[in-house]
Amino acid sequence: MALSLEEVRRIAELARLRLSEEEERTFAGQLSAILDHVRQLEELDVTAVEPMTHALAAGELPALREDAVRASLPPEEATAAAPAREGTAFKVPRIIE
Amino acid sequence: MSTPAKELCRLGLREAGAGVAAKAISSSELVEASLARIQATDGKLGAFLAVSADRARAAAKAADARAARGERRSELDGVPVAVKDIFVTKGVPTTAGSRILEGYLPPYDATVVERLEAAGAVIVGKLNMDEFAMGSSNENSAYRPCHNPWDLSRTPGGSSGGSAASVAAGQVHASLGTDTGGSIREPAAFCGVVGVKPTYGRVSRYGVVAFASSLDQVGPLAREVGDAALVLRTIAGHDPRDMTSSTRPVDDYLGPLEEGARGLRVGVPREWLSGGLDAGVEAAIRAALDTYRRLGATLVDVSLPHSKYGIGAYYLIAPAEASSNLARYDGVRFGLRAEGAKGLKEMYAESRERGLGAEPKRRIMLGTYALSSGYYDAYYLRAQKVRTLIRRDFDEAFRSCDVIAGPVTPSVAFRLGERTGDPLQMYLADIFTITCNLAALPGLSVPCGLEAGSGLPVGLQLVGRPFDEATLFRAARALERELGPLPAPPEP
Repeated sequence: MALSLEEVRRIAELARLRLSEEEERTFAGQLSAILDHVRQLEELDVTAVEPMTHALAAGELPALREDAVRASLPPEEATAAAPAREGTAFKVPRIIE
Repeated sequence: MSTPAKELCRLGLREAGAGVAAKAISSSELVEASLARIQATDGKLGAFLAVSADRARAAAKAADARAARGERRSELDGVPVAVKDIFVTKGVPTTAGSRILEGYLPPYDATVVERLEAAGAVIVGKLNMDEFAMGSSNENSAYRPCHNPWDLSRTPGGSSGGSAASVAAGQVHASLGTDTGGSIREPAAFCGVVGVKPTYGRVSRYGVVAFASSLDQVGPLAREVGDAALVLRTIAGHDPRDMTSSTRPVDDYLGPLEEGARGLRVGVPREWLSGGLDAGVEAAIRAALDTYRRLGATLVDVSLPHSKYGIGAYYLIAPAEASSNLARYDGVRFGLRAEGAKGLKEMYAESRERGLGAEPKRRIMLGTYALSSGYYDAYYLRAQKVRTLIRRDFDEAFRSCDVIAGPVTPSVAFRLGERTGDPLQMYLADIFTITCNLAALPGLSVPCGLEAGSGLPVGLQLVGRPFDEATLFRAARALERELGPLPAPPEP
């Protein structure tokens, strides 16, 4: 199955990726080859099969913890790695003109 | 009394720890020997992305002070180890092999880092890896290539390439890696060390940079089976900060370690030995199976009929989850931000363009496509159903055997650059390891000899029932004891 350049651009837009024209062409070819391989799964009849939605059996999962207030990272530390901030807020480019 | 530094570096983890406790060697000597070895060899090897010498020396001093008082935190107290750069370390740069996290200083430690340090282990640095753990050769590291200590022109495997290379070359006594589709077992096999992918949920992933959340698991690499067992015992167990970590108690892995293979039923999946394997690898695997028989185990023919669909299911599920996990790298909360972008959307796209390499972009694209409107049922949902079929195959096989044995990889370590042009070819290297992740089972790679001709290590894969790591260690140890240790790789 060949992915068109148009589809590649649409996916890149959804994924918030900017691709060069060369990357668009390379990915169109490579992703098509991978999807062709994946197509093999269509040989299987899975209509009566439940999807594996969790890797652990129900009894192996921890119970939900109590919804109680606990200590966590101070805002100053939690935001320290941000490329731009004001106080303990993340700073981003203007969204609405 | 002073042991030459090189000999100190070849000591096993438990041996080194016992030496510190007996005050025959000091933690400082071990750490200095490790740092000197990294200094001497890593220019050629490329196993480390960062070395934290000051922090390691301080920790070694503290360990020596404990030993002087007769205190011992654990069997690995005072011993130098290293961790893949995917584990966050408070105040120590953590990149996950990506430019988008260059210079990132995490505000907390991963649970496994905390547990290693609480046990007294000295972390000397952060290890090289494929960007965001995506790769099978470590060639997707955004920083530097990593080489196989057995042959510097070959890959150490990936994505935990640095974790395997550093242990094989004697830079550290053990390391931690992560395994999403084979990323601990494949490099362990290529570098001739022991590598363990525990059951999904056995080890906390709090503070592990996420790739594919339904598959990722943390595990140890070491030169001896018992050393790997000790590290897993140290890091395993429930962590309230990770909702996917199991509350099951952790088994005693070291107790039954020497019980041998007598009476063990070893399942051999016929699909794993029917073509597609290099002759030298197949010969080594068959010889290992014969060894088990000689040791009193019974070989059982089993079938995993859906094995061949593993790659297809994996390359939908893992990219789909990655596309979601990697959405957080947008230039807002941490990591690289493209300056001067006009609006928010442009800032996201430009930051990601500059910060992410080809492989993460490729997988984000694939995953976004598979999850996009109109394709979800055909791709992601179908793959999750195939995953159920793969798990059922294993459940059925384990009715007649205790452990499953087969190859880790179709070939020994391949050459750097050999597969970088063809992603699908690279993905196919994971064919034997991937089903174990999809089925959430524990898997282990143990050296089973050197390939005739190339002289490169071959790994035997053992897969166990859920949470039955103890049987994997016992079976791997029986083989290790019989075959004896591999020779050390040549000096880099």
